[in-house]
Amino acid sequence: MFDAVQKPLVEVAGLKMYFPITAGVFRRQVGNVKAVDNVSFTIFEGETLGLVGESGCGKSTCGRAILRLYEPTAGAVRIDGTDVIAASSDTLRQMRPKMQMVFQDPQASLNPRMTVAAIIGEPLDEHTKLSKAEKLAKIYALMDQVGLNRDFANRYPHEFSGGQRQRIGIARALALNPKFIVCDEPIAALDVSIQAQVVNLLEELQDSLGLTYLFISHDLSMVRHIADRVAVMYLGQIVELAPRDAIYAEPLHPYTQALLSAVPEPDPEAEKSRRRIVLTGDVPSPANPPKGCNFCTRCPKAMAICHETEPQFREILPGRFVSCHLYEQTAGEAAAPGARSEHTEKTIQQGE
Amino acid sequence: MTDTTPATAKIRPPRSQWWDVWDQFKTHKGALVGLSIFVLILLAITIGPFLWDMAPTYVDLRARNKGFSAAHPLGTDQLGRDVLARMMAGGKVSISVGLTAMMLSIMLGTTIGVLAGYFRRLEGPLMRLTDLFLALPLLPLLLLMVTLFREPLSKSFGPERGIFLLIVFAIGATSWMQTARIVRGEVLGLKEREFVLAARSIGTPARRMILRHVLPNVLSPIMVSATLGIASAIITESALSFLGLGFPPDFPTWGRLLYDAVDQMQLYPWRVILPGVAISLTVLSVNYIGDGLRDALDPRIRGR
Repeated sequence: MFDAVQKPLVEVAGLKMYFPITAGVFRRQVGNVKAVDNVSFTIFEGETLGLVGESGCGKSTCGRAILRLYEPTAGAVRIDGTDVIAASSDTLRQMRPKMQMVFQDPQASLNPRMTVAAIIGEPLDEHTKLSKAEKLAKIYALMDQVGLNRDFANRYPHEFSGGQRQRIGIARALALNPKFIVCDEPIAALDVSIQAQVVNLLEELQDSLGLTYLFISHDLSMVRHIADRVAVMYLGQIVELAPRDAIYAEPLHPYTQALLSAVPEPDPEAEKSRRRIVLTGDVPSPANPPKGCNFCTRCPKAMAICHETEPQFREILPGRFVSCHLYEQTAGEAAAPGARSEHTEKTIQQGE
Repeated sequence: MTDTTPATAKIRPPRSQWWDVWDQFKTHKGALVGLSIFVLILLAITIGPFLWDMAPTYVDLRARNKGFSAAHPLGTDQLGRDVLARMMAGGKVSISVGLTAMMLSIMLGTTIGVLAGYFRRLEGPLMRLTDLFLALPLLPLLLLMVTLFREPLSKSFGPERGIFLLIVFAIGATSWMQTARIVRGEVLGLKEREFVLAARSIGTPARRMILRHVLPNVLSPIMVSATLGIASAIITESALSFLGLGFPPDFPTWGRLLYDAVDQMQLYPWRVILPGVAISLTVLSVNYIGDGLRDALDPRIRGR
């Protein structure tokens, strides 16, 4: 994965997306929902970064803030060298073709009153000056690319199955030859059999067009399949970012460990020996995150320091970033194996 | 999927949406009946006066309060004026007032509703303006408008056209609030839908976002309030005529015919029933047309 010299395509630095909470007669701001809180990462050209985390941890908000579908509170996002957050609306509009998005709910993301041809053609209308015939040819080419029958061009979104709708959404995202696509849980609303088709389609398109993905999902197995590197989010922050194989083989952050222990094992023999870390309690409100480490209220390995100071998001091994006090001392010290043995004691076997 | 007519089907270009709309409209029986009745009424009030060329204002005192006869198919009124001619002339005024006032109020209401729903900054001022209009006592306001502007408008546009403009404007300007509120509510919900977000990610500017994504999806409530608007415009016009603030007394409209006949309703019920039925038929047929159009414009219902 790290064989060639990689050029960063997307650089996110200190991204914060706070939604104000207002109350009272005068709509005074009484607080913030910290949906995305100080997130930084880099996506290299041609790779897929998987972004995982439980519901409500800010994955989708993060993806949308990166494309500036929301106005972020703070931070910088450089896509292909240009800062998206600071860009003027004209610059932003010119940059739109480079970055596109595939949405979670294929039903909701297609205008019910537009035909497939009109939906796929909308980006072409906005950013190109093709003649009617050229546009139609391009629409047909896109439909071929995503495996849609050309005869469907006149139909409306409600006439399609979920998988086909998602293909329409992908075709729309591809229309302007983007470099970077944010896939916001593109498979979450689909059947398992269709999920595979759509994921394979995304992979094929990546190979043939050299696309870069930010793949947002809560399906850990699917992320393992498609992603090159994986970022784990908890309560608006990235707690761990590492190459895929490393993170699945040896998760460092206690939250990642708990998350991965929840993945069912297809092999019944291995399933028997699978040890599940069951987290207690609920995710704290993002409007009022705990002091210190965000995960300290549920962490099986929480220490005194975790309740006091916020851990730094640091590279502790080459390519592996973790935000946890367990690894604060120095990278490569014996802290990690020690922590592992400690965690086996605390795990609870599934079915107990 | 390609087993049936593979060659021809593939090269069929996207056809205009309006053909699909017409196909669906044709399947709505009520809408077709409504459309034919409405066309009949329109023909009667446009071509009718040429076929039955008796002047609606010709007073024949010897033929007062006559019943149906060959000379006066629908009888005469208390001044001996021909009711058929008056009905045709009155329909022309009532329907044109109804349609134009409705269009004005729908345009005003839709514009204000969309702007208030889509642009957050405009929401406060525009909705307060709507509340202000809703809180105004409408009848005194209409009376004030008519008394203030009747003379100058009559002078500059001629008495008939001046009053027509005044009444259309007065009705339009005082009936857009419901539409604005309904549209704003719909737009607020629509704005959060993912396809609007998808259009934002494409870089669609606000103007085209409204025209392409918002307006087509708020069409149904607009349609409904438009069809209801025609009815209330015709009725408001009759109320104004009744108060003596609409068109001049000898100038027939359906509303005025109705009110003129009310005094002698027990003796000559037909003179009340005829304009009443005409108003109801128009309103009903327009409602059905609106209903059919609304269904036909929704691709999810189309083809069912």
